[in-house]
Amino acid sequence: MKIVGLTGNDAVAEAMRQLNPDVCAAYPITPQTELMEKFASFAADGKVKTEIVLAESEHSAMSACIGASCAGGRVMTATSANGLALMWEMLYIAASYRCPIVMGVVNRALSGPINIHCDHSDSMGARDAGWIQLFSENSQEAYDNTIQAIKIAENPDVLLPVMVCLDGFITSHTVERVEVLDDEVVSRFAGEYVPKYSLLRSDRPMTFGPLDFHDYYFEHKRIQFEAMEKAKPVVRDVSERFSKLVGRPFGVLDAHKMEDAEIAVIALGSTAGTARGVVDELREQGKKVGLIKLRVFRPFPIKEIVELARGLKALAVMDRSISFGGLGGPVFGETRSACYGAGVNVPMVNYIYGLGGRDTTFEEIERLYGEMETVAREGKQVDAIRFLNVRE
Amino acid sequence: MATLKELAKRDDLLSGGHRACAGCAMTSIVRQILLVAGKDVVVGCATGCLEVTTTIFPYSAWRVPFIHTAFENVAATISGVETAYRSLRKQGVLNKEMRFIAFGGDGGTYDIGIQALSGALERGHRMLYVCYDNEAYMNTGVQRSGATPFSANTTTCPVGECSTGKPQFNKDLTAIVAAHGIPYVAQTTSAHWRDLTTKVEKALNADGPSFLNVLSPCVVGWEYPSDQTVQIAKLAVDTCFWPLYEVENGKYRLNLIPAEKKPLDEWIKRQGRFKHFYKPGGEELLAKAQAEVDRRWERLLAVSEKPQKQSK
Amino acid sequence: MSKKEPGWKDLTMSGIIEEAGNAQKFETGSWRSDRPIWDKSKCTSCLICWIYCPDSAIMLKDGKMVGIDLQHCKGCGICAAECPVKGKAIHMVPESECELV
Repeated sequence: MKIVGLTGNDAVAEAMRQLNPDVCAAYPITPQTELMEKFASFAADGKVKTEIVLAESEHSAMSACIGASCAGGRVMTATSANGLALMWEMLYIAASYRCPIVMGVVNRALSGPINIHCDHSDSMGARDAGWIQLFSENSQEAYDNTIQAIKIAENPDVLLPVMVCLDGFITSHTVERVEVLDDEVVSRFAGEYVPKYSLLRSDRPMTFGPLDFHDYYFEHKRIQFEAMEKAKPVVRDVSERFSKLVGRPFGVLDAHKMEDAEIAVIALGSTAGTARGVVDELREQGKKVGLIKLRVFRPFPIKEIVELARGLKALAVMDRSISFGGLGGPVFGETRSACYGAGVNVPMVNYIYGLGGRDTTFEEIERLYGEMETVAREGKQVDAIRFLNVRE
Repeated sequence: MATLKELAKRDDLLSGGHRACAGCAMTSIVRQILLVAGKDVVVGCATGCLEVTTTIFPYSAWRVPFIHTAFENVAATISGVETAYRSLRKQGVLNKEMRFIAFGGDGGTYDIGIQALSGALERGHRMLYVCYDNEAYMNTGVQRSGATPFSANTTTCPVGECSTGKPQFNKDLTAIVAAHGIPYVAQTTSAHWRDLTTKVEKALNADGPSFLNVLSPCVVGWEYPSDQTVQIAKLAVDTCFWPLYEVENGKYRLNLIPAEKKPLDEWIKRQGRFKHFYKPGGEELLAKAQAEVDRRWERLLAVSEKPQKQSK
Repeated sequence: MSKKEPGWKDLTMSGIIEEAGNAQKFETGSWRSDRPIWDKSKCTSCLICWIYCPDSAIMLKDGKMVGIDLQHCKGCGICAAECPVKGKAIHMVPESECELV
């Protein structure tokens, strides 16, 4: 193990180098560009065995990833925002063809207006595409998540693609301290990919991607649903094994000072880091507050969330994306639905924040906790959706 | 170049029992290509007639590895397969020699798939891309495409009181592909087996991307009796609407110069999609269509090497 | 539905078809309105019908024509139209005039 200073983009590229995929097909987009540049330089220096396809669009990049994956290769790629949006059609196909592709998603706002900075509207929009989604708080976690992602994706019971999300610029372009494992340790942890099927087996020719009518499509979707169900224990198992490897705790979520908390916030990505600092300060003031950092959004950790929400007096859910005409952002929708189903009726508020890279400071999150104290005191459901730091 | 007797000794790699229409040229094109390619290939297919008729779950007509992912991306999908092959070969994981063939209809090639095609050609993947060109979106019910000929009747540019069918000429895709400077580009039809199989062999031996634009008459969309599929394709060549030619390392070569260039009318009149050509005002359409065929033919003559022997 | 269709647990993931060319089991011969009748005595096994058949329905043995696969032949008539033999070795006859096979 060595300690180095890496940006989030560097950290993912470094993990990709160690995982040494057979094929990487990608297209540049801000803020993912440096990630692929870095990886391309590894390939140019012969540090990986990877064949790179520099596609003419993200749609073709993902199409090539699917082709390479169906040919039995370990496949990785990365994108952001509009690039992910252009892949949309193929995201569903990658998941339904059970391609264990790992993709770094450097989160950026979707147009329009065009904006290159961080929010989660890109990956949240793809939440029903059938991909497993891991969110990273910082460069370290982007690195850790990428290594775990391959292990989860290529598990024979799972065989689903995984998005490793990291916050555009905030994480992708900030140099942070990262513990990097030895190359052999990573390759031993990841193991070899043994494909279940391969197009290159011309001695055993098979048809990939047939036409399904109403008589079979539904059953095939049911199989896919089951794969995501099976991913739940696999994600937990891989987290535990990785924890042992690095000596740092990993779970589907990180419950910070939640044991006796009365007020909690759910956040994902870099904001969780800021919120953790706020919690620590408020705890010093004697306030019973906590933080739930979601690391895995798909499959959604229903049981874990419900257990933590039970007994709270108020819960704020932070969404760095917006859902128009619905009941709040995607994290809020899932959380409230999970709690309702379990009979946990905690007053809950959805905070939409940070769209298009709007800075979310320590003080604002502190204010948010303050507002939640009022909600806890009143003890009833309030107006569910609030906007943090938008000018009136 | 194999004779029919030699080809007949090989395995037919597309089974019967697929759901293509009676008289469809497309599946005979595929059969001919696979006879040359053999079993060590991976076939990619764009969404379209070929994919939907040959792979209705739980049945597949393909006796070779096959992948379909979407409509506009077969060139990209197969470039991923080819890249994985190269990677695994380089690593010594795989030792056998394989070929990669992408099939797309004219919709998936001329229109929605042209970007992915262009990108794959520019990147230089060693693959053969075959466009089976039936000149409209036949799978979904004869909507016009970039390949639909001038004044053909389709369901989205129907002939009506104020319309004489498609107002534009068909896109010259073969020339567009040739402009990429890839090693081998050719045009042929379903009905010239010797020409088609020879070109497939050349294409598969090319060291880089190759492309075949194969005219594929469609009983339903072109409106002619199902037993005339071969004749209609031959007339397209004899009228010079669809010349047989190839571009090998940049050199244009005409493979057939009809001894007598037949009037376009002989091809047009056999197809229901052009029946308004024979109503009042139709002469003008015919003249315009003929003039464009002549213009393209003259251009081709000017840039091409001539074949050694002319057809009778 | 007469027979029980397989449940989701019995199916391959993502609908991969593991058996190559199993479309052979699907009968398309019932689509036919005209049937090709082959006259063996006239046939020269030139293989023109075979190369242009869209349905792989011209049956060969050792490179020679041995018959027509009526399970799959859709009756398009290309074989009869293209037969170069004088007087034709294949004729199309309406199904209604054919004896049941």
